[in-house]
Amino acid sequence: MKIEVNGEERAVTATHLHEALAELGWGEARVATALNGAFVPAATRGATALSPGDRLEVLTAMQGG
Amino acid sequence: MRDFYGETLQTPMMLGTARFPSPALMEAAFRSSGASVATVSLRRERGAGQAFWDMVRGLGVHLLPNTAGCHSAREAITTAQMAREYFGTDWIKLEVIGHGDTLQPDPFGLLEAAEVLCADGFKVFPYTTEDQVLAARLIDAGCRVLMPWGAPIGSGMGLNNIHGLRTLRAAFPDVAMVVDAGLGLPSHAAQAMELEFDAILLNTAVAEADDPAAMARAFALATEAGALATTSGPMIPRDMAVPSTPVIGKAWL
Repeated sequence: MKIEVNGEERAVTATHLHEALAELGWGEARVATALNGAFVPAATRGATALSPGDRLEVLTAMQGG
Repeated sequence: MRDFYGETLQTPMMLGTARFPSPALMEAAFRSSGASVATVSLRRERGAGQAFWDMVRGLGVHLLPNTAGCHSAREAITTAQMAREYFGTDWIKLEVIGHGDTLQPDPFGLLEAAEVLCADGFKVFPYTTEDQVLAARLIDAGCRVLMPWGAPIGSGMGLNNIHGLRTLRAAFPDVAMVVDAGLGLPSHAAQAMELEFDAILLNTAVAEADDPAAMARAFALATEAGALATTSGPMIPRDMAVPSTPVIGKAWL
């Protein structure tokens, strides 16, 4: 299915968030996730089903003031 | 000394991590200043996150994630939730920006987000104005620290409204307050501490200096000087001159 990942359209075969992260190369990475504007804790990624058109944000530490 | 949600800071200086010419210069600024808190943010993963995370952890300071760039309570709340998990802290510098040119806080969105986050167990450091009524509402919401601006973010103008900051400080004597944003020179930091604020937070003035480590040290010294003056019983200004050298014993010439 096609979903939007960090603002870019991506095709994934995964049906759940934790699988999608692995498929996109973030399997072991330290990231924080939000789906359609709502925070998804790491512990619930496995139980979070994806739907076509979902907007996924994958965030990491960055410089800030 | 007022604490920050039960934490006593080693030094009253908080330093941002953005805009430095290199990671090494950022680390040098932290070392030279002894800043006790580093602000950090969350952005889309593009490959550099892990290295930055390892570096900021290595600084050995408190991490204060921000919600910079958020223009709504909803955005800020989600960002705060993500930051809590990522950085492993319930401290959050809550920014809800209301205007693109001034980066002035949106008081309504700020209060809405603060209410939600305080109720959810966050230790909220709201980036606010010197508005006393808003401050009271934020304290009612559960904020135990306030971060009033000195001047617009990145402007370097110093303390734009000294009367307002003094009034705010006096109105809530038990609440820790950090002057955040707009500091350009070490004298601004000393002035903030002389007004009995508990700490300062700055970024651009250090990161964009020709020598960030030296400027960070200058700010640290000024902060320490202002804090020391505050606890040393500063004199009250007088309208008339008062001779400092005794008149008694002066020769009749």
